[in-house]
Amino acid sequence: MALMRITSPHAHGPMSTSKVMLNVLLATIPGIVVLTHFFGFGTIVNILWGSVVALACEALALKLRRRPLGFYLKDYSALVTATLLCVALPPYSPWWLIAVGIASAILLAKHLYGGLGYNPFNPAMVGYVVLLISFPIQMTAWAPPRGVGELPGLMQALQACFTPAAFDGATMATPLDLLKQNNSLLVKDLWRQSPQFGRWAGIGWEWANLAFLAGGAWLLYRRIFTWHAPLAMLAGLALMAALFNDGGSSASGGSPLFHLLSGATMFGAFFIVTDPVTSAVSVRGRLIYGAMIGILVYIIRVRGNYPDAVAFAVLIMNFAAPFIDYYTQPRTYGHQRGEGEK
Amino acid sequence: MRKVFDFHGGIHPPENKYQSVRTPIADAGIPPQLIIPLSQHIGAPAVPVVAAGDTVLKGQLIAEPKGFVSVPLHAPTSGTIVAIEERQIAHPSGYQAPCIVIASDFNDEWIPHSGTRDYRNLDKAQLIERIRAAGIAGMGGAGFPTAAKLSVREGVKIDTLVINGTECEPYITADDILMRERATQIVAGTLILQQLIEPSATLIGVEDNKPEGLAALRSAAEGTAVEIVEFPTKYPSGGEKQLIEILTGKQVPSGGLPADVGVICQNVATAVAVYDAVVLGRPLISRITTVTGEAVAQPQNFEVLLGTPMSYLLALAGYQPQKNRRLIMGGPMMGFTLPSPDVPIVKTTNCLLAPTEIELPTPTPAQACIRCGMCAQACPASLLPQQMFWFAQGKEFEKLENHNLFDCIECGACSWVCPSNIPLVQYYRASKAEILQLRRDNEKSEQARIRFEARQERLAAADAEKEAKRAARKKAAEERALQAAADGGEEDPIQAAIERAKAKKAAQVAGAADENELEKLEKAVVTTRKRLETASGKLEQAKTEGSDLVAALQTGVDKTRAKLNAAENALHDYQLANSDAPMENAAPTDAAQAAIERAMAARSAEAALSPSEKARAQLEKLQVRLEKSRAKLAESRDSGAEEKIIEALESTVERLSEKIAAAEQELQATEGA
Ligand code: SF4
Ligand code: SF4
Repeated sequence: MALMRITSPHAHGPMSTSKVMLNVLLATIPGIVVLTHFFGFGTIVNILWGSVVALACEALALKLRRRPLGFYLKDYSALVTATLLCVALPPYSPWWLIAVGIASAILLAKHLYGGLGYNPFNPAMVGYVVLLISFPIQMTAWAPPRGVGELPGLMQALQACFTPAAFDGATMATPLDLLKQNNSLLVKDLWRQSPQFGRWAGIGWEWANLAFLAGGAWLLYRRIFTWHAPLAMLAGLALMAALFNDGGSSASGGSPLFHLLSGATMFGAFFIVTDPVTSAVSVRGRLIYGAMIGILVYIIRVRGNYPDAVAFAVLIMNFAAPFIDYYTQPRTYGHQRGEGEK
Repeated sequence: MRKVFDFHGGIHPPENKYQSVRTPIADAGIPPQLIIPLSQHIGAPAVPVVAAGDTVLKGQLIAEPKGFVSVPLHAPTSGTIVAIEERQIAHPSGYQAPCIVIASDFNDEWIPHSGTRDYRNLDKAQLIERIRAAGIAGMGGAGFPTAAKLSVREGVKIDTLVINGTECEPYITADDILMRERATQIVAGTLILQQLIEPSATLIGVEDNKPEGLAALRSAAEGTAVEIVEFPTKYPSGGEKQLIEILTGKQVPSGGLPADVGVICQNVATAVAVYDAVVLGRPLISRITTVTGEAVAQPQNFEVLLGTPMSYLLALAGYQPQKNRRLIMGGPMMGFTLPSPDVPIVKTTNCLLAPTEIELPTPTPAQACIRCGMCAQACPASLLPQQMFWFAQGKEFEKLENHNLFDCIECGACSWVCPSNIPLVQYYRASKAEILQLRRDNEKSEQARIRFEARQERLAAADAEKEAKRAARKKAAEERALQAAADGGEEDPIQAAIERAKAKKAAQVAGAADENELEKLEKAVVTTRKRLETASGKLEQAKTEGSDLVAALQTGVDKTRAKLNAAENALHDYQLANSDAPMENAAPTDAAQAAIERAMAARSAEAALSPSEKARAQLEKLQVRLEKSRAKLAESRDSGAEEKIIEALESTVERLSEKIAAAEQELQATEGA
């Protein structure tokens, strides 16, 4: 038998892209469990249906692009995109809403740009923004949390998804909405008046955020990504909130803790901002990228017209990522500082 | 405890070293046939001094070095030279190379040799000479001639001598076992090197995963000025640049040498070879090689004669070829696969790795780069491997160079961590090769340009000569006309008037008409030439600075040159067309007049820059160019540049010298005329 001739290195580390993706999927579980506990089975139904659509879209795209199906489906990236988008969608979303969102994410944001690794924008966030702009009513209809409204059962959740016309679920403004719309009450009084608020932020939201934080911490521990971008984002957001908290007056934008535990903060920090494909690459670049997202999230939350801001902030910074990369090239061994940045 | 520094990145692959250090160094014995490649080092191959049929003794010189960056070879055992021919050797490209083949007589009879314990009485030149004569080349992997590395240039102060006992590659234990078993020789060799270099600090750097070696070295170094430095295990801390950063905190400048930061680095095995050469008088004819991997039954270290076929050594370790699909010389990170097990052991063979498929699986197909940045985190050179991968795919060589591709040490850390299994290093290696090829091609076209320019200048000189002659003739004709007018004036006023009118007309022809047209053409030539000169100057500068404007400037220069040619042609044509009339008038009438004319021609030619001056100017230009090329050559020799680069430079120098000789002849010829 002839000896094989290949070039070094001959050894390979234990990490693989499929493993990275699988780890990300696993890390979303605590957050999904908490969301389900507080808002019912809606999120899980979202994810299951979304995954089916995602795999179908991925297979279709690969077929059209004449790529080997099995090899690419195994990287799990379509499932990650589906899960992330479906977690962000309101529970009890109708099937077509999910399908449109997933199709935009996989076909438009990913494969039209050349597939995994070539997409400049985070596919899940593209899907989310397409839906938000096209179907603002459906996209802002969040279910009330456990203890505030009545939770639909599993059957009702399925019904909500697949025969949406027959489903009549209650919806309610989210804590972020309430705070934005408020201009007469002190934060303290608003808190007392609205049943949605919990200990630090919205009921359900605060625990969901903590659960996503836990999942993120596990990923950090597994060295799936580095701490730079997510922590910079949280720091940027907290800093802005601290600057404009205004002592809890009626003009307050909300306290740092409220912002850290509201909406998609932790989910965004550890599952969206950390998306390697669309973020900056170098350490300094990731710090800048994360911090800018944090600042933008605050501005859009408080000043913008949409309930949450993570998707917009991320997409804006996706734009900027290549420039950040360009200006934050690390100093190569044996070079003077600044030399590599021509 | 000396402070140690950390370097960026690095990885922790499974070490797999324990398998091969369970038994002491074994003697591999004498194989029936030894194959000794003439090139086992960086630099020019050695030149055989024996012929087929000669009998040789162990340690006898069989090939001598060619030039400064080269080493001699010695017979590893006694026997007969069977052939000097092309054989397959251990090289990444698997090519054949000239080898001296020796049939052993199994007597292992030494040639008389002697060393000296009193090396302290030897001066530096003598020490270096002994090291050179022993044929020592770096044994850590690269194989740079040690004597050349130790010959520090005048005025360079080396304050740290670093002996590399890191051996950071997985599987390899040749240095480890050497430190365990021959620590005294290592320290003794280090002391010789210390005497040679006179550094203020002498450090032996060892990773903390070799406690036995460390302990042995520490006790051997007791009471000497040699310091043993232990630091955390991390791949690739044994890379020369990384080790220097760990031990001194300094970084070797890009494209520079360790000597630039006052450091010289040698491997522990090289230190032992130095000891053997100086104290025992033994040339480098054997080395320690690790044979390991799950496809050998008894992984271990051997002391093996250089030139031993690897198959012989593998058999000693219980090689099971059916289990092995890939035979690697070196470690799993930077080693290369061998074309066959029959290639010989050379000075740089520190390890033979015969893994099973389960141990080191065939790489799976690469997935898309997800820009996870793990490669950048792992890169010890602080490069951006994912960006370089992107540019390498698109063959964007300029961007690759801007991203410092040539600072990549090909350590493989990026490929090792890449979750998408992209063979990154393969891309970099291919890109480097392509860029070097392009540079060589450029060098060639540069030489073609020089030749072209020289030709142009010769043609221009010839033109100028013609022009000068024509002007001289014209002047002579005018003077003759005036003379005739003056002579005839007294005799016949009418004749004189006619003469004057004729002269005027001639002057008009030569002056007015010419002045307009000719002047214009001449001006065009002069200004275009000037423009060409400045453009060429700029191009030259851009080239030496390696600016990215070179291509643009080159086309500019080419265009200007074409314009100049056109202008010169136009001028020449015009001159030819207009020189007919005065030439008829100016036909010399007698010998005296001809002599006057010649004298005048010479004078006016001188005024208009004589041909000999032109020749001299050109000669000077060539000499400057030769100077430059010589300097470049010397520099690349010193820095141990690639053999091919050196060769290219050598041929440049040669060609320039030839040209200068030709130019000198031309100058003599023109001056003689
Ligand atoms: S490690 Fe591989 S997948 Fe990750 S950025 Fe580098 S090249 Fe891309
Ligand atoms: S092979 Fe080159 S790019 Fe890759 S880690 Fe090593 S030095 Fe960096």
